[in-house]
Amino acid sequence: MDFGPHLFIASLEGAITAAVLALTAVGLSIVFGIMRVVNVAHGEFYMLGAVLAWWVTSLIAGHPALGFTVALIVAPLLVGALAVVCDQLVLRRINYDPERTIVATIGLLYVIQQFTLMTFGPEARPVEAPFNKRIALPWFEFGDSGFTLIWPWGMSTTTYKLAVIVAAIVILLILYLVMTRTKTGLIMRATQLDQEMAQAHGIAVNKVYALVFGLGAALAALGAVLVVPVQQAHYLMGGDPLLLSFIVVIIGGLGSVPGTVVAAVLIGMSDGIISVFFTPTLAKILATVLVAFVLIFKPDGLFGKRRE
Amino acid sequence: MNQATRSIILHSVVVALLVAMFFILPEYHSGNLARILVLAVFAMGYNVLFGYTGLLSLGHALFFASGMYGLGLSIQFLHVSPVLALCIGLVTAVVVSVVIGFLALRTTGVAFMIVTLMFAQAGYLTVLLFGEYTRGDEGFVIQRAERIMAGLDLTQPMPRYFVALALFAICLFLIAWLVHSRFGKTLVAIRENEERARMLGYDIQRHKLIAVIISGTLSGAAGAAYALLFGYAGASFAAVQYSILPLLYVLLGGAGTTIGPLIGTVFMFYLIDISSEFTNAYLLVAGVVLILLTVFAPQGLAGLVRKRFAWLP
Repeated sequence: MDFGPHLFIASLEGAITAAVLALTAVGLSIVFGIMRVVNVAHGEFYMLGAVLAWWVTSLIAGHPALGFTVALIVAPLLVGALAVVCDQLVLRRINYDPERTIVATIGLLYVIQQFTLMTFGPEARPVEAPFNKRIALPWFEFGDSGFTLIWPWGMSTTTYKLAVIVAAIVILLILYLVMTRTKTGLIMRATQLDQEMAQAHGIAVNKVYALVFGLGAALAALGAVLVVPVQQAHYLMGGDPLLLSFIVVIIGGLGSVPGTVVAAVLIGMSDGIISVFFTPTLAKILATVLVAFVLIFKPDGLFGKRRE
Repeated sequence: MNQATRSIILHSVVVALLVAMFFILPEYHSGNLARILVLAVFAMGYNVLFGYTGLLSLGHALFFASGMYGLGLSIQFLHVSPVLALCIGLVTAVVVSVVIGFLALRTTGVAFMIVTLMFAQAGYLTVLLFGEYTRGDEGFVIQRAERIMAGLDLTQPMPRYFVALALFAICLFLIAWLVHSRFGKTLVAIRENEERARMLGYDIQRHKLIAVIISGTLSGAAGAAYALLFGYAGASFAAVQYSILPLLYVLLGGAGTTIGPLIGTVFMFYLIDISSEFTNAYLLVAGVVLILLTVFAPQGLAGLVRKRFAWLP
């Protein structure tokens, strides 16, 4: 096969990675932006979303779309609620101290992951997609006979994969509108700008933090529910999204939702494309080293206005 | 009694107790203790940076693994003697810590944590990338014939235990001396108030860099010793988990104390050992302990003791 079609398929796969990554990374990004803490357990909230989606769909009989729709609502809510509990029980007690929060969320990571291992087990479990029609892709070619359109062409994708991309875009748009057009969003942005000033104006900063932490976790869970019919639910699946979200948040800039989305598309697409043409391990090495160097040489622009 | 004498007596008693332990404990536990001593060296190395200098690294598995693979690969492919291989392991750790220290120390706080994490991750992935030589996650076994050092057969429990103890004792006295030296006191000054230390005219960056090198080299020594004594090197020792473990040991035992790392390693090792009899999700214990420590006892066990006995080094 030619280089062109290969690249096309790789970019399509990359776009799905990017869509899910955007949701997960935006979750991490608003937590970092507003609360100024790094949540290392973020990948585990993602994993929980997928596992809960499996659990909900296995409880509900009937058409797969029914179970999936319920999972789409229930899983993020449950994960968000759990995150609020973690925030109140752990993070609030250590006063959101940045370094201690990292250590505590590493602890949370192990607790959530190992608890899932004990209950859900070490197997990978599939979730059926609500709809999954194969569609053939068209392809254009400039040949001897001029411009030709080939359809159906040898390659295809599924409607579900395209729906994931659309769903991610819609969710991000809703989030953007909530952040910029509603009072809740205003309160969140005020807290991000100046925590003390917000408190002085009667904003219950503790509640905002709990809400933001829950929202961040719920976004990760939502991304996972969307991707679980394509991947499978497994108790160790949180590692890669965590690493990639870190990379995206650092490249995209502190707590900026648009920056994070752009970086997610960039990293997701290039991860998909590099993985097709080179080994995935090499792609990850390059990405981690890149992040380290960005942090070392451009810490102000990319890791925040906070000076310690 | 002045502080230095007290320190020497305390640490000699600890070492003497550990010598006695080999003859008192049943074989299973003395075997464990050999492992614990090597891991305690790793934790002590970590403590130089975290406990005394106040720099929280999430990437010490990289140093441990550089010592381990420096020794392991040179024995495996060059068939050098264990002593020479140990030196190669140490040199590898020194080189890696100079490079990482030089780069990572341009950042502070959370960024420093992330940068060290990222470098360690890159190191882990590199081990996997060269799976042809390192055999990746599966790892490789160092043959018995290659593990006879200066006439000591390190596959036997007794030589193994006392080589581990010798390494531990050397590191313990080295650190006890270090923290009472001018250099060690300056590190504490940097931990307590970096700005003031700078104002007093100390070269902060140089001190931190040396701290990273000492810390990384001790961790590398532990990694090399681990591979040599237990005859195995694998990618799991380079993974994130081995960056978290020394942090856990030090937090539990008490950061910024000389014997804290040993206490923490003993407790954590047995906590995981006992819980893994009941469940395969033994890391759950690690998570719970981490959370409880950060919330309730940030100063660790030795820190609690030190509240009563302020002279504890």
